[in-house]
Amino acid sequence: MTLSEIRGKKEPARRAGERPHPGPRLYVTIGVILALGEASEVAMFYAGLPQWPTVAVLVALMVVNFFMVVLWFMHLLFDNRFLSSLFVGGLVLTGALFVVVLATLGAGLF
Amino acid sequence: MAGVRLRGPVYELERRLDSARAVESVIGLGVSLELRDELLRLQLATPNGSVLDADKYNQLFTMHGTTMIFLVVMPLSAAFFNLIVPLQIGARDVAFPRLNAFSYWVFLAGGVFMNVSFFTGGDLLKGELGAPDAGWFGYAPLTLNQFSPGNGINYWALGLLILGVSSMAAGFNFIVTILNMRAPGMTLLRMPLFVWMTLVTSFLIIFAMPIITVALFELLFDRLFNANFFNTAAGGSPLLWQHMFWLFGHPEVYILILPAMGIVSEVLPTFSRKPLFGYPFVVISGIAIAFMSWGVWAHHMLTTGLGTAANSAFAISTMLIAVPTGVKIFNWIGTLWGGSIKLKTPLFFSVGFIAMFVIGGLTGVMHSIAPSDYQQQDTYFVVAHFHQVLFGGALFGLFAGVYYWFPKFTGKMLSEGWGKLHFWLMLIGFNVTFQPMMILGLSGMPRRVSAYPDGLGWDFWNLVATIGAFLIALAILVFIWNVIVSLRRQERAGPDPWDARTLEWSIPSPPPAYDFAEIPRVRARDDFWHRKYVEDEAGRPVPVVAGGAEAADEEEPEEESGHGIHMPSPSYFPIIAALGFPIIAAGLIYDYAFVAVGAAVLMVGVYGWALEPASE
Amino acid sequence: MEHAPAAERALETSTGIDNRKLLMWLFLASECLFFGSLIAAYLVYRGDHEVPCRAGDLAACVFPTDRTVNGVEYEGLFDIPFTSVSAFVLLMSSVSMVLSLAAIQRGDQRGFRVWLMTTALLGIVFVGGQAFEFTEFHEKGLSLGTNLFGTTFFVTTGFHGAHVTVGVLILLSLLVMSFRGRLGQAQSLHVELAGLYWHFVDVVFVVIFSLIYLLQP
Repeated sequence: MTLSEIRGKKEPARRAGERPHPGPRLYVTIGVILALGEASEVAMFYAGLPQWPTVAVLVALMVVNFFMVVLWFMHLLFDNRFLSSLFVGGLVLTGALFVVVLATLGAGLF
Repeated sequence: MAGVRLRGPVYELERRLDSARAVESVIGLGVSLELRDELLRLQLATPNGSVLDADKYNQLFTMHGTTMIFLVVMPLSAAFFNLIVPLQIGARDVAFPRLNAFSYWVFLAGGVFMNVSFFTGGDLLKGELGAPDAGWFGYAPLTLNQFSPGNGINYWALGLLILGVSSMAAGFNFIVTILNMRAPGMTLLRMPLFVWMTLVTSFLIIFAMPIITVALFELLFDRLFNANFFNTAAGGSPLLWQHMFWLFGHPEVYILILPAMGIVSEVLPTFSRKPLFGYPFVVISGIAIAFMSWGVWAHHMLTTGLGTAANSAFAISTMLIAVPTGVKIFNWIGTLWGGSIKLKTPLFFSVGFIAMFVIGGLTGVMHSIAPSDYQQQDTYFVVAHFHQVLFGGALFGLFAGVYYWFPKFTGKMLSEGWGKLHFWLMLIGFNVTFQPMMILGLSGMPRRVSAYPDGLGWDFWNLVATIGAFLIALAILVFIWNVIVSLRRQERAGPDPWDARTLEWSIPSPPPAYDFAEIPRVRARDDFWHRKYVEDEAGRPVPVVAGGAEAADEEEPEEESGHGIHMPSPSYFPIIAALGFPIIAAGLIYDYAFVAVGAAVLMVGVYGWALEPASE
Repeated sequence: MEHAPAAERALETSTGIDNRKLLMWLFLASECLFFGSLIAAYLVYRGDHEVPCRAGDLAACVFPTDRTVNGVEYEGLFDIPFTSVSAFVLLMSSVSMVLSLAAIQRGDQRGFRVWLMTTALLGIVFVGGQAFEFTEFHEKGLSLGTNLFGTTFFVTTGFHGAHVTVGVLILLSLLVMSFRGRLGQAQSLHVELAGLYWHFVDVVFVVIFSLIYLLQP
């Protein structure tokens, strides 16, 4: 009997490898956080700080926004670990490949 | 359901029907291939050849490359995935039967669409052909309107986009099937190696195809809508095309070779009567090759001025990727070593694969040495290299698979006599054709030329290569004869004519529609073998006493928890949806109204598919 | 022919994940490479954008936003406040999407329909906003063939907009099915899958918004 089967047997309502699901209140809270995040991004845009801190903050905010949606709204935090490895795999591959292409072509990222 | 029915209704979701159709398509292509490719070699047999003018030569060699990759090797591999994987994992079908059918029909649509281009060049009787003519790699800006007017390149790009849809659909289907539909007890490390290679190849497909999809869209936008992706006047870079093409293209060559490697990994143990040597290492090597295949693409661009750092990095990564391949070679040799060898045709093709692939792989390592590559790039040495690995490798492996599994799906054995003749003619013909190209390349003959002047010392070996090409053509004819003659035999092959190791041999030949009467419970790798044999003190296999093994080949379908064996209900919608794509593509070339029509057809197909009573 | 409910069928698979859910995640993983390639092409060419805009001559320029350089004013294209609102709309549509899923999972049909309709409407507003934005740029002289910026910008955001449009069609189809009584709690997987697609499309715009609109050369 696999681990997922045991977990599945514990609570019939749950699928394999899942944790308790968040409810509507948590979703709305996350929505508010995301909206605040976007507002911060726009504020950074208008703040006119030198390039490096601006870029760093904008990219950081973008990443946080991205992962909050993926982990909570798309349920990845609560689903089977394998799905996470799939998606992260695709992401990492994309990132690695195109960083090399951009570096090789001497592109203007910033 | 006796044998593979080659003329079933289009709406039946019979997996084997799709595979049979795929094989038919490939054979059809094989015939056209013979005609087209012999023309290419005839043109090059002598200096200043006049068999084909430059325009026709360019069209034929472009279609040669594109057809062999996308319309022969990939579909043949997919047909094997389709036939073999569910049987080897103890499943009754793939995860998404309609998606499977869709994948076949889209492939057919794409293949027909691309070949229609030949007829769109103008006056056929005057020899005006309209096929794409910028190579299978379609380098921009050569492929832009300015340098390639007419519709040939549009057909090429749109055709490849359509074929990409087919490949991706298949890729998704097989990953889900392999991960989710294994028989009880079949852990990942008990799966046959062919299944592992299918899994790895499918991941490569779903990650590599999107990149070429984007590149092709960008090219089409440039050609159809005046975009500037590759327009050098506006600042566009030819290197962007090359990066994107080879980011796809290098994983693509591993997509071409890994299935054949999987087949060889099945055939060798059966005909040595030994398990695959170092199974975990072969698995890990396959995975390693797939990972590393993403890190070597710019070795196709070493002469484009990327700089020392990039050249060094990619040279090293390319050398490193030879390592897991080498591991596989040693494991295959280890499988044969000390085995009780059965000299049958599948084994011949597999050993031929190993020998040819080693030569091809070594020439690949020669290319990886960047300074050396400056001499070899764009010469016939490269042509020799990739034919060595794709023909001597992939195609030999696929033929091994054909001879190996033919009895399973048709209930008849292919003739050993004709088979061995086919093998020897093909091995000799192949080498006579392509080894001279190594010499030609190193003595400076450039590739992608429609003719060459005399007095450069290339005449003799070109003539030899052409003779070899006709030997290959003869070998293919022998193969087709073998198929015809063998299908006509009365004698039937049993379920397990080779005394093999994996689950597909535990069911009747040809398998019933539902594959397994009873889903097996898997206890070990090569479970079927262990049901047949135990080992004596000397380690030799001894047949299990009758009654000691579990029943392996019941004819009656058993009732399972109150339900009968569930077969997918037929559906029209996969073929309707598939039809939408070529209509959209034709619309983009000729009249936008058809884009709307094609989109509507696609939507009808998709909605019908989604809404019809689910038959999972 | 009876079929086991979705949850039980999921447990029947070797991984425990439903076939269709696994398929959707595989698809989204491949879409990462699709959008990654498009965005990379944009970024590759962005460094070439050095020609500043003069007021009234935007066809040749590539400064995306209003700039003052060495005391000289240059006119740009992007309307950041407008696009921020678009981004916000799409973000909120993700919230309503996940609320609609939560509703149908607990059997609340009415709540499900309300939130799903909200999501579809927000999606339509977003696409409308993009279309408006595109026509504004076009009127200012930027089109697909104008320069590298026009090409890469319109193709990247255009493909994204097409994905959102397909998403809206999917959501509306689910809504119709629900009104016909064919989408109940037992079929919540369909909504979950549509949600996964929708959130992914939202997340792609998060990346596009940051990298293309906010990050300046």
